[in-house]
Amino acid sequence: MSRVISAMPYARFLGLRVDSEGDVLTVTMPFSDHLIGNPMLPALHGGSTAALLEITAMAQVAASFPEMHLPRPINVSVAYLRSGRPRDVLARARINKAGRRVAHVLAEAWQDDEDQPIAALTAHFLLEDRF
Amino acid sequence: MDVPAIAPLLPQLASGAAHTHALGFTFESLDGDRVRIRVPWRDDLVGDPETGVIAGGVVTTLLDHVGGLAVWVSLDNFKPLATLDLRVDYMRPARPRTDLIAEARCYRLTRSIAFVRAWAFEDAPDDPVAAAQAAYILTASRPGRRPRPEAGE
Repeated sequence: MSRVISAMPYARFLGLRVDSEGDVLTVTMPFSDHLIGNPMLPALHGGSTAALLEITAMAQVAASFPEMHLPRPINVSVAYLRSGRPRDVLARARINKAGRRVAHVLAEAWQDDEDQPIAALTAHFLLEDRF
Repeated sequence: MDVPAIAPLLPQLASGAAHTHALGFTFESLDGDRVRIRVPWRDDLVGDPETGVIAGGVVTTLLDHVGGLAVWVSLDNFKPLATLDLRVDYMRPARPRTDLIAEARCYRLTRSIAFVRAWAFEDAPDDPVAAAQAAYILTASRPGRRPRPEAGE
């Protein structure tokens, strides 16, 4: 479970589901027609995959720092590696470094094969409740 | 100034795909090479129900999408393209229960890559909620070759 995802209206809009193993979250964005950005390929909108990565990273930070209200992204950088096919997307994040004020987080999204990611995220989150 | 040939297509390109339609994106304006789209505030797009602010992921999608429009404006043509990468800096929280506008400009276009900057704001781009820098790859297929979806092609 993730309080970030269960409380976020936009996560419901994307249909996100969370599985956890220990304190590691895996977030699934089940395929739905309303995620399509390119009807000709067809392909998922890159923004929906980026949003999945961003929310996964945020949820993982929240799971690791339970006293925080909501981790705030300072910046996110997404590399699109493959086109998102009309199938489920899964994502997992890892806190690369957590300092006193800032956490550096890496995340990847994939479809059938975790070794063939469709997108990768690098992000910084503020670990203080005030910006 | 002549109206670019792409101009009449922009409303459809802003909101015509299933995802952009579901998010409620609308075309806002075109001024020179600066294109704007809007996402009207909606309660199902909120990131933090305690504040009523639109989710960061929606802002990212808005910036990604308006950047693509800026590339088409720069080409003055609709060609297949894919986002290569996108970096978003979140400068401040968006205002609760308020629409967001994004403006983008393609500041460099090569044969295969387009470089874009974009901003998201409520009122004016000089007071941004978020700023983005992105690169897009023009994915036009070669004859006799099936288009492949790989972004890095």
